[in-house]
Amino acid sequence: MQELISRAKELLADGTVARVLGWRAGDLPYNPEPAYFTTAEELENFVYNGFCGANLSKYMIEASKLEGKTMVCLKPCDTYSFNQLIKEHRVDREKAYIVGVGCKGKLDIEKAKKLGIKGIESVSGAEMTNAADTLTFQTIYGEKSCSYAEAMLERCHVCKGKEHMVYDELIGESKDTKDAERFAEVEKIEAMSPAEKFAFFQKELSKCIRCNACRNVCPACSCRKCVFDSTKFDSAQKANVDSFEEKMFHVIRAFHVAGRCTDCGECSRVCPQGIPLHLFNRKYIKDINELYGEYQAGADTESRGPLTNFTFDDCEPSIVTQR
Amino acid sequence: MYKIAKENLPALFQLIAGERELYVPVNNNGQVNFAAWTEGAVVDLDTLKSVKSPKDAFFPQSENLYTCYKDGKKITIQPEELQNQNFVVFGMKACDVKGVEVLDKVFLSEPVDSFYAARRAHGTIVALACHEPEESCFCKVFGIDCAEPVADVAAWMVEGELYWKALTEKGEALTKAAASLLTETDEAKVEAEKAAIRAIVEKLPYSDLSLEGWNGDALTEKFNSPVWEDLYKPCQACGTCTFVCPTCQCYDIKDYDTGHGVQRYRCWDSCMYSDFTMMAHGNNRTSQLQRFRQRFMHKLVYFPANNDGMYSCVGCGRCVEKCPSSLNIVKVIKAFEKQGGDQ
Repeated sequence: MQELISRAKELLADGTVARVLGWRAGDLPYNPEPAYFTTAEELENFVYNGFCGANLSKYMIEASKLEGKTMVCLKPCDTYSFNQLIKEHRVDREKAYIVGVGCKGKLDIEKAKKLGIKGIESVSGAEMTNAADTLTFQTIYGEKSCSYAEAMLERCHVCKGKEHMVYDELIGESKDTKDAERFAEVEKIEAMSPAEKFAFFQKELSKCIRCNACRNVCPACSCRKCVFDSTKFDSAQKANVDSFEEKMFHVIRAFHVAGRCTDCGECSRVCPQGIPLHLFNRKYIKDINELYGEYQAGADTESRGPLTNFTFDDCEPSIVTQR
Repeated sequence: MYKIAKENLPALFQLIAGERELYVPVNNNGQVNFAAWTEGAVVDLDTLKSVKSPKDAFFPQSENLYTCYKDGKKITIQPEELQNQNFVVFGMKACDVKGVEVLDKVFLSEPVDSFYAARRAHGTIVALACHEPEESCFCKVFGIDCAEPVADVAAWMVEGELYWKALTEKGEALTKAAASLLTETDEAKVEAEKAAIRAIVEKLPYSDLSLEGWNGDALTEKFNSPVWEDLYKPCQACGTCTFVCPTCQCYDIKDYDTGHGVQRYRCWDSCMYSDFTMMAHGNNRTSQLQRFRQRFMHKLVYFPANNDGMYSCVGCGRCVEKCPSSLNIVKVIKAFEKQGGDQ
């Protein structure tokens, strides 16, 4: 983290960048927020640890409109989102100085809390320099601990890898955190009967409160105005008119980002109701892989997207009835 | 004071639900929210906070106001019936109860909101003391004592037993209805529990948060502060903070085309959304900075200005836990405190 701060100070001092986009230390041990820094003094509050899960790529849409370059800290998985945004002409590569930051998996404090860890006063083991596999919590109710992996975000268990897809320089080491198969959960649902599938999604999606956090945090949801925010649209973005809409909102959203979703997992990270929204996206990724050939959105900035390209090997529309 | 063993609570719920609707914290796929009690419901009284506050019981996220039916040239308007059955909300916390008090100020002052008033008239609240408050809690800052909730019935969970004390007529009536399962007891254990809870509250990191400078007279100074310009930036304009909040009360009224008429309904609105308070001429808040500022000015300045100094935040800490960008009202208050110190 100190190396990041020193480098940020240098880049600000020599005028390479006008601002730094990173994370500012929170007021609890686990709640840093995305923040801009413009002076060395402000950088004293810069933090980078296991709780910096937020994908800063989407903030670069706005930062691209600002005067001068922005140094942005991107984790390996975040760089896929950034590449995809380049491809869609939503961010300006020239306006970004990308520091690829190391990652050893990001944490979900809710997972620790579900293990009964509450009244948290401090956490150790979440620092980047700490090689420990254990998180130790000092709490009002005594010392508690859990393994780092137990408190990791779902997406880190199926990590896409340690490599940054786009960067100007790299700072920090990354760790391989993958310990599960990316499509295992999807396959489980595929194996269900239609009635079981319906019940599964009914149960999960009935929790949705239409806060739109999944949409707003999603780097692929980069429309300047979402159709669901239109006052002329006969569907409210703030309430479910009926249970059909409750289900359809998420299905429609997943369709809109199909072929462009990098599987960054932000939707599931931010959902206040813990809905595994990534499963929709991952199902479409799996289908696309099978029907149009292996494709990873955001792995590059040049390739044509599977759904915006045509090849003679593409599946025929009859695939719908065949399946 | 009465008590009932924790393992007998299902019987109590069954008894109450037999004669009126009962809302309890229910675990549905890993998340605890208030929902109607059913025999198979997984009641969870151990999780401190429901994801959404229980305000739905009185002010649902979405409710019909009336429905228009069209039959040829004939149009019939059918107003939605008001709540006319008694119901019980079991397991609200002291902060949530205070949240209802905030809603009362809005909906029970003239002109009275008949939908809300009917629910309040028919609802009985059983509030549970917070056995183990958490680091995101700051109800003390708003003068709330989570060791002694003020509701129709106050309850405490101590060593596997639920202690029960009626505080109002409605509470007495519910106690009478549940009498066959309650046994009389003294208050000794509850007194010890209260002391233990209060001792924990003293140790919470936000308990000493200062609200100095936040009041109804601070409008111009706070509104024009440059602090907002930096503060709002991580906000991604979702409605999480407003939808989990026990006091957010803004709503929108919309028409839904049913194909053979119109269903007029109201639903919670969020000041974070781009069409918030949109009028025929357009929107009076055109930037996220303005929308972000609105939320906190409302809670800490506008509301106290109109309600004898009462804040419309109760320190439940749900926004602290749920904001995708880790922003919240505590950080806002602290940012202003810091700016004051710098000057």
